[in-house]
Amino acid sequence: MSVLAVPAGKQAIFRVNPVAKLAAALLLAGVLMLTIDWVSALVALACELVLFFWAGLSARMFLIRTLPVWLAAPMAGLTTLLYGQAAGQVYWAFGLVHVTQGSSELAVATTLRILAIGLPSVVLFVTVDPTDLADGLAQIVRLPSRFVLGGLAGLRLVGLFIDDWRALELARRARGIGDGGAIRRLAGQAFALLVLSIRRGSKLATAMEARGFGAPIRRTWARPSTFGGREYALVGMGLLVALLAVVVSVATGNWNFVLA
Amino acid sequence: MTAANSAPPRSASVDARGWGWRHAGRTDWAVARLDLRIDPGERVLLLGASGAGKSTLLHALAGVLGGDDEGEQQGRLLVNGAEPVAARGQAGLLLQDPDSQVILARVGDDVAFGCENLGVPREEIWRRVHECLAMVGLNVPLGHPTSALSGGQKQRLALAGVLAMRPGLLLFDEPTANLDPDGVIEVRDAVARVLENSAATFIVIEHRVAIWQDLVNRVIVLDAAGGVLADGRPDDVLASQGERLSAAGVWVPGRGHGMPARRATARDGADGILLRADSLSIARTKNVVVAGDIDLTVRAGSALAVTGPNGSGKSTLALTLAGLLKPSGGRLEASADFADGAAAAPIDWTSRQLLTRVGTVFQDPEHQFVAGTVRAELAVGPRALGRSGPAVDGRVDTLLQRLRLDHLADANPFTLSGGEKRRLSVGTVLATQPRLLVLDEPTFGQDFRTWREVVALLLELIDDGTGVLAVSHDSDFVAAVADRDYRLPSPVADRQPVTPR
Repeated sequence: MSVLAVPAGKQAIFRVNPVAKLAAALLLAGVLMLTIDWVSALVALACELVLFFWAGLSARMFLIRTLPVWLAAPMAGLTTLLYGQAAGQVYWAFGLVHVTQGSSELAVATTLRILAIGLPSVVLFVTVDPTDLADGLAQIVRLPSRFVLGGLAGLRLVGLFIDDWRALELARRARGIGDGGAIRRLAGQAFALLVLSIRRGSKLATAMEARGFGAPIRRTWARPSTFGGREYALVGMGLLVALLAVVVSVATGNWNFVLA
Repeated sequence: MTAANSAPPRSASVDARGWGWRHAGRTDWAVARLDLRIDPGERVLLLGASGAGKSTLLHALAGVLGGDDEGEQQGRLLVNGAEPVAARGQAGLLLQDPDSQVILARVGDDVAFGCENLGVPREEIWRRVHECLAMVGLNVPLGHPTSALSGGQKQRLALAGVLAMRPGLLLFDEPTANLDPDGVIEVRDAVARVLENSAATFIVIEHRVAIWQDLVNRVIVLDAAGGVLADGRPDDVLASQGERLSAAGVWVPGRGHGMPARRATARDGADGILLRADSLSIARTKNVVVAGDIDLTVRAGSALAVTGPNGSGKSTLALTLAGLLKPSGGRLEASADFADGAAAAPIDWTSRQLLTRVGTVFQDPEHQFVAGTVRAELAVGPRALGRSGPAVDGRVDTLLQRLRLDHLADANPFTLSGGEKRRLSVGTVLATQPRLLVLDEPTFGQDFRTWREVVALLLELIDDGTGVLAVSHDSDFVAAVADRDYRLPSPVADRQPVTPR
């Protein structure tokens, strides 16, 4: 069981540096956070849904991976509809619940916004290989290599933790302490997993040190991580979608700056 | 492609002058007053009782022992005349646990990791990666996921990663202890190939002497009391120290005497049946069936060994028979006598009902420790049965003595050595006197002394009427303990015909 399963594909998106994917997703999210209106979110979402055809995912895969976003967005919308800031005509009220013209507009805007930010983030990251992302973060963004590589190596342990957790569960049943008290049992098991993970972590650290990790030598990189035309194009697309959303929103008079 | 067409690697010397090391917070020195000289190119097998500080010495030579906050040093230890820490990459360390040495997700990247840290230029790194993978015989694509490798392959991958750094000193700390017999041979052969093509100094720790005997030209025995106990040509040292080494837990070839033996032969007949499996199929997780059509009986006063290749489902079968995993098909039933009022299927027993019926010893002892001290650990089972006071104390004291753990009664189970952990894990199970013992690789990575103790204990229990079911790769263990052998076939995926290219 591995959390580092390497995604594979031949489309251009697989060859784009993960740093560009991160930048495009952050850019889009950053701009869409500046306003709460349904127009900008709808424009961004429409552009994205077209671009997703080139994202390297089958329709089935797209639905499976983005399902949490599709579920979360209407939930957030519903909450806003029922409890959002009351304004304008009141359609229905019950206790703390006020469904008003203002809250229903906000609800639509919130739902669309979560989709417009969430979907591209998920879609872009499905095709990211963690090793390539680490290479990019260290070589292009120039984050400290010790930090990036330590995190990357630690990520590999997550698969082992899942196996450990299963073994701990069986062992507790075998030791006679598996009956009843689910919460107490889980707490004990979680603590045992913590102890095991610290031990695994320190063994891994020794193995890394033994291979010269942390030596006072300037590190070289076996895998070059480059940022070129393809990467600028992806970030450019993100920028374009964001700008289009802002322009249409302002032009139609729907722009609603969050801090205003 | 071998190392012969590249520049010959350096070869390092080792000097210890009154060297010693004490881990932070301990009163005893792990290594003390060590005087030693190893010349460049020597091949050394390092022996000694457990606790003699063999691993500590190797870690120190690799420069990974840590600084002043990790412990205290006496005397000097030099690699090629310099402090080991100052010469990273000069020594290559291969450790015991295959899982904790894989660093990156892809095979090629993992081998390249050490070179990157040492600042080797990119083109040179990839040249070395190809060369070293070929040398250890790991013929998988560079992008192959490291998580899909077997234990033996992971160790060879780690070896390739070490070799790629071009170390002048190769340090191996029981690199085959956690491998099945095929994996041991894989790794040994890879190391033999490497040593043929390399001038590097080689130091290996291993309590199974036979594996490395032909590859070394010197044996050094560390004294647990400090210093060196014996040092010389392998044949001489093994001849003069054989008795002593064997008593200290070293597997000296040709010294199988004094092996424990069974008093009684297994009882037969329907009266002794504990469990009966009819066309049972087993699954680790839901829907992933590992093996099927299993028919067997488990009997009281008799030992059944479960054997078979890697991935054939031996552990899964053991855990299913132990009432821990749900069978995915077929029938598994306890005899009315064994069930003793509980449900017929072991998986339906409560955790507490299991205690007096089936005791399971897991492959990794750390998975089954739940208490803060050795004493408390042994009392967990009896207390879960509702026993208390003197009854529990008496049982615990007996076990502590029997398992030679009495001096460690207040220690944390996680701080014990490998052999002590194994003995404790067996003890926790015996505390509630179950009628069936299920053990998963009980002798994995154990030294001769612990091996002999575990075997003697099991034989005694079988003679007294306990049923034993053991998963094991260890043919000596199976020969010494088992009355019958249930062999699982190769996993289904391996049996499918290879499609022609």
